[in-house]
Amino acid sequence: MEKTWNNRAWFMVLPVLVLVAFSAVIPLMTVVNYSVQDTFGNNEFFWAGSEWFQEMLTSARFWEAFWRNLAFSGIILAIEIPLGIFIALNMPKSGWGVPVCLVLMALPLLIPWNVVGTIWQVFGRIDIGLLGYGLNAFGLDYNYVNDPIDAWATVVIMDVWHWTSLVVLLCYAGLVSIPDAYYQAAKIDGASRWAVFRYIQLPKMNRVLLIAVLLRFMDSFMIYTEPFVVTGGGPGNSTTFLSIDLVKMAIGQFDLGPAAAMSIIYFLIILLLSWVFYTVMTNYDAE
Amino acid sequence: MARIDLDHIRHAYSPNATKPEDFALKEVHHTFEDGGAYALLGPSGCGKTTLLNIISGLLHPSHGKLLFNGRDVTNLSTQERNIAQVFQFPVIYDTMTVYDNLAFPLRNRGVPESEVDRKVREIIKMIDLESWAKRRARGLTADQKQKISLGRGLVRSDVNAILFDEPLTVIDPHMKWVLRSQLKQLHRQFGYTMVYVTHDQTEALTFADRVVVMYDGQIVQIGTPAELFEKPSHTFVGYFIGSPGMNVLPVTVEGTRAKLGGQIIELPGAPAADGQGQVELGIRPEYVRVGSEGIPVQIRKVEDIGRHKVVRAAIEGKEIAAILTEDEELPANPHVRFDPAGINLYANSWRVNVAETGRRA
Amino acid sequence: MLELRNVTKAVGGVDHIRDVSLQLEHGSLNVLLGPTLSGKTSLMRLMAGLDRPTSGSVWFDGKDVTGVRVQDRNVAMVYQQFINYPAMTVYENIASPLRVAGEDKAKIDREVHRAAELLKLTPYLNRTPLNLSGGQQQRTALARAIVKNARLVLLDEPLANLDYKLREELRAELPKIFSETGAIFVYATTEPHEALLLGGNTATLSEGRITQFGPTISVFRKPLNLTTARTFADPPLNMIALDKEGTDFVLEGGVRLPVPQELAGIPDANYTIAFQPHHLSLHKPHKQAVSVKAKVLVTEITGSESFVHLSFADARWVMLAHGVLSFEPDEMVDVYIDPRHIMVFDGHGNAVGAKPRKAA
Repeated sequence: MEKTWNNRAWFMVLPVLVLVAFSAVIPLMTVVNYSVQDTFGNNEFFWAGSEWFQEMLTSARFWEAFWRNLAFSGIILAIEIPLGIFIALNMPKSGWGVPVCLVLMALPLLIPWNVVGTIWQVFGRIDIGLLGYGLNAFGLDYNYVNDPIDAWATVVIMDVWHWTSLVVLLCYAGLVSIPDAYYQAAKIDGASRWAVFRYIQLPKMNRVLLIAVLLRFMDSFMIYTEPFVVTGGGPGNSTTFLSIDLVKMAIGQFDLGPAAAMSIIYFLIILLLSWVFYTVMTNYDAE
Repeated sequence: MARIDLDHIRHAYSPNATKPEDFALKEVHHTFEDGGAYALLGPSGCGKTTLLNIISGLLHPSHGKLLFNGRDVTNLSTQERNIAQVFQFPVIYDTMTVYDNLAFPLRNRGVPESEVDRKVREIIKMIDLESWAKRRARGLTADQKQKISLGRGLVRSDVNAILFDEPLTVIDPHMKWVLRSQLKQLHRQFGYTMVYVTHDQTEALTFADRVVVMYDGQIVQIGTPAELFEKPSHTFVGYFIGSPGMNVLPVTVEGTRAKLGGQIIELPGAPAADGQGQVELGIRPEYVRVGSEGIPVQIRKVEDIGRHKVVRAAIEGKEIAAILTEDEELPANPHVRFDPAGINLYANSWRVNVAETGRRA
Repeated sequence: MLELRNVTKAVGGVDHIRDVSLQLEHGSLNVLLGPTLSGKTSLMRLMAGLDRPTSGSVWFDGKDVTGVRVQDRNVAMVYQQFINYPAMTVYENIASPLRVAGEDKAKIDREVHRAAELLKLTPYLNRTPLNLSGGQQQRTALARAIVKNARLVLLDEPLANLDYKLREELRAELPKIFSETGAIFVYATTEPHEALLLGGNTATLSEGRITQFGPTISVFRKPLNLTTARTFADPPLNMIALDKEGTDFVLEGGVRLPVPQELAGIPDANYTIAFQPHHLSLHKPHKQAVSVKAKVLVTEITGSESFVHLSFADARWVMLAHGVLSFEPDEMVDVYIDPRHIMVFDGHGNAVGAKPRKAA
């Protein structure tokens, strides 16, 4: 809806535009610049054209990291979304339980990424970690340093622990906005618990779920800190996701050109996938 | 269909209520007869919705029992009571089609699909949404949504009672007329026990066979629309029903005459009990005749509201309203007479019987 | 004077307001009457300057204010929802527009008390709105609109969320309060009854168009077209299509209704006649009245009167009769139509015999 119109308003936005230019546009352009050139140091650059892009898109290493990353996002979405909905549904709607639950839920979200990584890195160690030691004491052969499956499980559980709360809080916000009359009407219509969820709660959570899926997807597809701290991408390359690979390439090997090309491809992939998610979900919504 | 007995029902929202003013519903002891159309009428906060929710089982009364056909249902859930209820604001299932919305209460109870189809078609025709049957319910306007809510309330034929909580609030005036007369026809056709909560006197009076007027958590009067109009048992009923409401004038009574300031008003008879405490005379504007005879009045204002005119005047320093028909004009030197048929006497706000000696008009 | 000149507003290709021209005088009370979605709120938003018209212009006291922001226009608005600052007392709520305007303390105090007195809020000045009844909350919102001393006050169904009786009280007070300020008042409602009680002028709206504008009672009594007549009728207007033959209208069943004197000259054709429910009666009201046989559908009793829903030919009618009547459903009754009170509309829905005006 059209509100007021006043061209002076643009001046107010100007500082933000400047800030965005410095923080986003200029670095992005630098990356674009690197991606089409080659350098041997000394600030000498040679035109490389689309060479780096071709190299990236045909590199097995890139695609392995890509599929690994996609699988990771798929797994955590498949766990966090249903689990988040389930927890939100079972949270109290009134009384003293509400603030207690909200604080408990908010706690993991307040912890910095690298700290989360460190916590789980220690937690999972087989010598001094409660989890690692405990599991082995129960006769389970768990070792995230050697076993790729264990490493994956650790990273997935860590992410679920860290981020399910976000889904819970978003869903909870959607749930409490449902007027009481809906539940009363459902009782009167003789609706089952499942029908109440399917026809009242889920439709009302639609929008927040869309936001939750988008946020979690984008975030998990860019995950870096936690697996870097816990597994460092190993064992082997089993937990080397796109971002970890990118950093290895750019800083470890100092291949600026390929790294720049990779970041652009990476960025475009996230943009594309997010757009697909968004359109699919909003279309379903509007149908 | 069922007879509903409210057996000394009281309700307080806080668990440790002791004083009468803690109770949203002070003692209600009443029976809704099987197949009756009732309205609960009163201002907001009078306890009418509380009472309705107690009947439907959404609220558990803090005291008293509720019986359906003599069976104690106080501790039964809403589902087990088998009632239908329509709420003030539309409640629809967004993702379902209009058809599925109406079928929902039937399907939940395992009604065979052929029967569901028959009932849904019948109702969808009644609420005039046939062309929308296959559409998703979410894009509809508020009054269309409310029609669906109404339809869901009416779709089940086996319910014990149908309860309405101000169901026409969001409906446009023209549609109100249509829906109201349809409800009335349905009631006649199927003999549902219906209880209708509203603050709108027109809705209450036109819908119900008997109207329960509530005020401050209590029932003030139960009667037919005509009884409430002609013999309001409390000045509140006189004020609340009718527009403008009843004129209430402080008087002193001697035999069959009432004195209002310096003026004498002939009563239809002598009051049954001697007026103890504050005595008031109540007369509806419809029974105040404006002419050139009677008690002189000062005209304050005449409101022409189309089919009649409302005359606002002062009589002995008190405000009084009278009604003139569309074709009547205000006389040059206006006086009023009180039609004895419309005179009621009140002692401490409650109506006292008048031994009728006069002929009723 | 507020003037709308050929104002049109389209949102997303759909016309919400179509070619509206309107002149509202200072000190006048103007009712916008129409069903939900007829454009009342859209029109008010254009008047306030919250929206800019797609075409046409808005003038205030001879100045084009089409593009002027609402903040710069001195407009007050009251909504159906009770909108107050929940954390402030009633006093502070009423004082808020004055504080924004930077008035001095003494003046604020004087104005707040004056408005509170007018709206019977004096005992509640120290309470917060949430501790008040709905009626008092809306009075607070109205008081805030009054102290603002706006030149244009827009009231969008302000009484819709109140109880019937509270509505009645406040409605009786509103015109009085308004007339004292000399501002232009615009009041939107869906209820014909409310328009009649408020008096003043009425503009009837239908599908984004103003179908008629004039003194309320004359719009009610002499609608220029069928749309206006239908918008301005509660209970719904009784209508029937019929042919004129010579000096009579011929109703279903061959009943002949004499054409009113002043319409004697109209050509023989198909017309629609309409009349109010209280102009249909069980007893012969006039020697020219004619009776038709109608079938009773439902009878509703309002205390002193009865609404009898009837069906006659294809039409559904409502009769408002005195007394408590009881009819059996499907009973046939004789009802009288009084030719003195009928409205006649031609095939285009325009009133016959009304002064020809540019179709609004």
